[in-house]
Amino acid sequence: MPCDLTVQIGTLTLGNPVIAASGCFGYGVEYADVVDLSLLGGVAVKGLFLAEREGHPPQRIVETPAGMLNAIGLQGIGVHRFIREKLPELRERRATVIVNICGSTLDEYVELARILSDADGVGALELNISCPNIKEGGITFGCSLNGTFDVVSAVRKATRLPIIPKLTPNVTDVASFARASEEAGADAVSLVNTFLAMAIDVETRRPKLSNIVGGLSGPAIRPIAVRMVYECRRAGKIPVVGMGGIASAADAIEFMIAGAYAVQVGTANFVDPFIWTWLVDGIRDYLQRHGIARVRDLTGTLDTTAREKEWTSS
Amino acid sequence: MPVDVEARVIANTRLSPDYNVISLAAPAIAAAAAPGQFVMVKLGHGSTPLLRRPFSVFEVLRTGRTVNGLTLLSKRIGVTTQMLFDAVEGDVVSCLGPLGRPYATIDPPAEAWMVAGGVGLAPFATLAEALCARGTSVTLFYGARTGRELFYLDWFRERGVRLVLATEDGSLGDRGRVTQPLERELQAAAGRDLMVYACGPEPMLAAVARVAATYHRASQVSVERVMGCGLGGCYSCVIPVRQDPTGRHYVRSCIAGPVFAGADVVWE
Ligand SMILES: Cc1cc2nc3c(=O)[nH]c(=O)nc-3n(C[C@H](O)[C@H](O)[C@H](O)COP(=O)(O)O)c2cc1C
Repeated sequence: MPCDLTVQIGTLTLGNPVIAASGCFGYGVEYADVVDLSLLGGVAVKGLFLAEREGHPPQRIVETPAGMLNAIGLQGIGVHRFIREKLPELRERRATVIVNICGSTLDEYVELARILSDADGVGALELNISCPNIKEGGITFGCSLNGTFDVVSAVRKATRLPIIPKLTPNVTDVASFARASEEAGADAVSLVNTFLAMAIDVETRRPKLSNIVGGLSGPAIRPIAVRMVYECRRAGKIPVVGMGGIASAADAIEFMIAGAYAVQVGTANFVDPFIWTWLVDGIRDYLQRHGIARVRDLTGTLDTTAREKEWTSS
Repeated sequence: MPVDVEARVIANTRLSPDYNVISLAAPAIAAAAAPGQFVMVKLGHGSTPLLRRPFSVFEVLRTGRTVNGLTLLSKRIGVTTQMLFDAVEGDVVSCLGPLGRPYATIDPPAEAWMVAGGVGLAPFATLAEALCARGTSVTLFYGARTGRELFYLDWFRERGVRLVLATEDGSLGDRGRVTQPLERELQAAAGRDLMVYACGPEPMLAAVARVAATYHRASQVSVERVMGCGLGGCYSCVIPVRQDPTGRHYVRSCIAGPVFAGADVVWE
């Protein structure tokens, strides 16, 4: 049985629901030797501001139980160099490009959206309003319902590209942010960005990260992320792109059952950069085993009905 | 192009209570690796440890002309190095590589001075072989805490490498830091055509780059920063390098390095 793995986000069609998460896949071109970029559902590139940024001093990451903290500080080449130096190769390699954009001000998001709308080869914009590691901008929009609504509305007016606000889990009720995004005209929401966290070297009593605090990602966060995707799905109609600790096809499928149309994979790519074909093949196998013709029919199929206990004779 | 190999452990030799040399059946990586390149290593499929760890390729193992594996020199300091220390024949170690920018062998060949601190010996076995094969005269300046932590001395001697040793406790070679004999010999080497290579703790690398510059010598240093992926994906292993006349800029040591010109790095 052939399966339809395509997923629609606004006007953008993804070949499959597996996307490389922003900040965990460079600008995509770094991985072109290792993986055929056209086989990924999408490539969300490292967060971009208008200008180049240096990011935080090292140490920028530290491993924690079943996860890692990062405080990269959004080092990046800025949108203009990205368009000049990276986008042509991504286009040539037929990657579906999702540009993760960050602003210190609302105007910066709008300006980025305008510039990227005119660039050839951008599939969608992911609005990073959720980076926990930088003080200015971004997260201040992502932690306020009005801020989220305002930035999404403003970007909506500036572009026809699909827009995907990326939500922070560092709020009490993430579903209300999905609703605010929906009302402001977003095509989907993606979640979760990392959880604000901290690790200390007890011998020296110094923080392990130069930024003191950082964002937790990896398998450790998966159950919380699944719960948040589930809440967003129940709260509105806006499509959800789920992520947080996905390291296998079963993990991706768990997010889809909870309500995600597509998934992103970040930290697991550091461990296994060849993970992409395993994930896509595993999802296809699952659909075939369960007689599901289209991957979008898997989304939100969580079964919560009470069940009678069945006798099994073995 | 890096490959991912589930490499069987062929042998694991303990050199001291902390150091071991582990032989891995990863011929595809070994055959492609250039001196100074590294592999990202993971043991087991669990989440502890989660991330791979970088290791220089130490030796390339050959039987006749056939490459059949590589070794890693490891010092027990964390979870992965503990697992590498404890691994036994038949265990499997996942190796992704070869990665990174290698040392450049100089042309025309004259003299190569390699400076190693502790586990920083790792890239110099393959570099020495490559240089000796070109007819370059090779010296290894090698420092450690004690003489019991200076390894493979005969291995290097057998290949014609001149050894200059230093230990912090004075038990073998000069007492003190390896940069002292380096500086002494640089002073005496005016007019000779030589390149300095270094690998070891960052303060040592900074000192090597500084003395090399003092005597107008080029140096190539291999840095080790906390690395997440080894492929340029995460931007964690950055190191500041000079840019333009006065500026500095973080570059990813996994893909722009791990080998840098000593004069390019901004030492902090
Ligand atoms: C090193 C690192 C850098 C990241 N950089 C970004 C970024 O630039 N923009 C962004 O929206 N999210 C960034 N993230 C968050 C990831 O895209 C993702 O939301 C998070 O890591 C959870 O997914 P995972 O558990 O699969 O990694 C980063 C995560 C890590 C680990």
